[in-house]
Amino acid sequence: MQSVWTLLSWGPEGWLDDIAYGVFITVSLAAATLPVGLVIGFLVALAKQSDEPSLRLAGNIYTTIFRGLPELLTLFIIFYGAQIGIQQVMRLYNPTAAVEVNAFVSGMIALGVVFSSYASEVFLSAFRAIPKGQYEGGYSVGLSGWQTMQLVVLPQLIRIALPGLANLWLILLKDTALVSAIGLTDILRQAGVAARVTKHAFLFFGVAALIYLLLAIISSFGINAIERAVGRQQVQR
Amino acid sequence: MSATATDATKVDRPPALPRGWPRQRVLGYGLVCLWIVFLTGIAAYLVLAWNGELFRKYAPGYVSGLGVTLLLVAISIVLGAILSVPIAYARMSKNQVLSGLAYAYVYFFRGTPLLAQTFLVYYGVGSFRSQLEMVGLWGFFREAFNCAIFAFSLNTAAYQAEILRGAIQSVPRGQWEGAASLGLHKLQTMWKIILPQALIVALRPYGNEIILMIKGSAIVAIITVYDLMGITKLTYSRTFDFQSYVWAAIIYLIIVETLRHAVEWIERRITIHLQR
Amino acid sequence: MRIALRIALAASAALLTLGVAQAQEKTLRIGTEGAYPPFNNLTADGQLEGFDIDIAKALCDEMKVKCTFVAQDWDGIIPALQAGKFDAIVASMSITPERAEKVDFTNKYYNTPPAIVAPKDSDIKGVTKEDLAGKTIGVQGSTTHFNYSTATYTDSTIKPYPTAQEYQLDLANGRVDAVNDDITVLEGWLATPEGACCKVIGAIKPDIKIHGPGAGIAVRKGETELVNQFNAAIDAIRANGKYKEINDKYFKFDVYGGES
Repeated sequence: MQSVWTLLSWGPEGWLDDIAYGVFITVSLAAATLPVGLVIGFLVALAKQSDEPSLRLAGNIYTTIFRGLPELLTLFIIFYGAQIGIQQVMRLYNPTAAVEVNAFVSGMIALGVVFSSYASEVFLSAFRAIPKGQYEGGYSVGLSGWQTMQLVVLPQLIRIALPGLANLWLILLKDTALVSAIGLTDILRQAGVAARVTKHAFLFFGVAALIYLLLAIISSFGINAIERAVGRQQVQR
Repeated sequence: MSATATDATKVDRPPALPRGWPRQRVLGYGLVCLWIVFLTGIAAYLVLAWNGELFRKYAPGYVSGLGVTLLLVAISIVLGAILSVPIAYARMSKNQVLSGLAYAYVYFFRGTPLLAQTFLVYYGVGSFRSQLEMVGLWGFFREAFNCAIFAFSLNTAAYQAEILRGAIQSVPRGQWEGAASLGLHKLQTMWKIILPQALIVALRPYGNEIILMIKGSAIVAIITVYDLMGITKLTYSRTFDFQSYVWAAIIYLIIVETLRHAVEWIERRITIHLQR
Repeated sequence: MRIALRIALAASAALLTLGVAQAQEKTLRIGTEGAYPPFNNLTADGQLEGFDIDIAKALCDEMKVKCTFVAQDWDGIIPALQAGKFDAIVASMSITPERAEKVDFTNKYYNTPPAIVAPKDSDIKGVTKEDLAGKTIGVQGSTTHFNYSTATYTDSTIKPYPTAQEYQLDLANGRVDAVNDDITVLEGWLATPEGACCKVIGAIKPDIKIHGPGAGIAVRKGETELVNQFNAAIDAIRANGKYKEINDKYFKFDVYGGES
């Protein structure tokens, strides 16, 4: 029976290097998903607060579907379904084309759509918190619609939406664990392999949980720094 | 909108009200059309892929899987609610040790993935079989379903404790003071004055928590429980027919939407006195 | 803001090209599971090894093509083949009619019987439905063994696991009373220190309707030419002794089974 420290050491004997690789995959997946989710979420929020009913409808269908499906199911559907779908479309043009959507990209898309549907709600309530006078003020000093959005609305929006988005980031970090089910070697999958091979299940799953906890703690520090940087203190009354 | 006021100075003024086909509307109609194409595509796929024999063979499985999912979520939510009361109490306590412990509990369960917690309980606890047999708990942890309930209850208790705490603290202090001045003792105040107001605030978060639990429960399929997701994977592995996943998606969507609307309906009912 | 937007666009474009890469020409990509020793297994440093891997390499040499290996979870191995993540499955996949509706199979490249394994102190006497009534049986999901168990042991509880290693863990833990899998896989496990808990109760007579004629190589539907190439290569390595060499590296008996 090997000691706990051998099992957790770096190198061929221990599993620390494998788990470190898992941490790298988890963090890069979450980091790659974040911008995608934010941009889509913002666009969906724009659609949902528009005056045009058809745009609102399109946005609402999006959030209804992707907030209603279990993340695991969304992941499976995109991983297996999207690949077959894209393949068939490609075959129409080029019968020999082989497209591969790998597990990382599938995970990114699946987590991105889920993140964006929640993010759109956060942005939407932030939009509602900005008084109409701000837009009118923008027009009255001669700014175009896009300039108003960029210079007047967006800076305030980010400040208001930040706590909600920070919360979503923490959820995203945890949701990445699901990609272990489609074969991406993230923290949980590496821990699972180690647990199966060494039969020290409690040790390795415990270590995995602690790593997620550590990531959450680091994130909270980062979020606090960002909140200070955007001057959240000023708007607090 | 007369054009008589035009003069030499060029001013950006608020645009005229949209008429006809502004860009937004074109985009909106385009997107809605895209959704219609997508959804009818799925419906057409299901109609074309319809296989009566398959349906007869696997539909009962889906029903029982749905039952397992709902049972699992119901038990976990109730156990979690019971467990959340002392945690919320400890969290609001002035005793530093007590509130610190409660904070650590909440932080752990909210900071780590439910999947990792479930694995930790199922496979981790499995390696302590002899110790568990000594205290007579192995019979409980032997079953994957019980392990799932155990993990889910601890997890949701952490979230529910935070919901409860937030809701109770949202009730203004004056309510406590008012009740005290009327001579009500603390428990009475809590039960008759604070909780009824707190629950209005807590209703929506509670609804969201149940929805999150239903969606989160899909992961028990990985630890051999035949819930809705487990049945779906089983059906897929037997038939290799992608519609098994589509059906599961539809069922999950229906449950979640029903719940969401139910919560909204209840919220409207219990806030009638607040509407002006 | 502009610059940030441009960077974001460039980054997403780069990612997309990364993810949606064109397949390379003329290399055959072989999908396998990597969790089914001794047939296919991932070593601690992430290399694939095992009987399936060696056979696949021998077949590729015979067919004069370059082969690369892809590890894929068992549950999704057929969808991944259909989706074009690889071109052939060499993963001890039994040739069954249901699978043959979705993929094309070569002839078998080995055939070994299934068996039941239970703890050494188990009171299970045999492998019939009555012997296992009321017991919990662990099997790997989406396998012929799972199908056989659910069809035969209707008085038992059947638990599906994602890989063989997980049911082994639960048999050692005592969550399941017995497990059902290929006899060579089970014996391989029993020979390890972790398998010391358990013993073979007995072999199961294969049911041709469920277990099929043996393990074959799966390719996408309609790729008859590839099937023919594989079949010729299997015959060739059987004839030139290469098969026997690999067989003897892993087993003390001939896993090919009788001519069928």
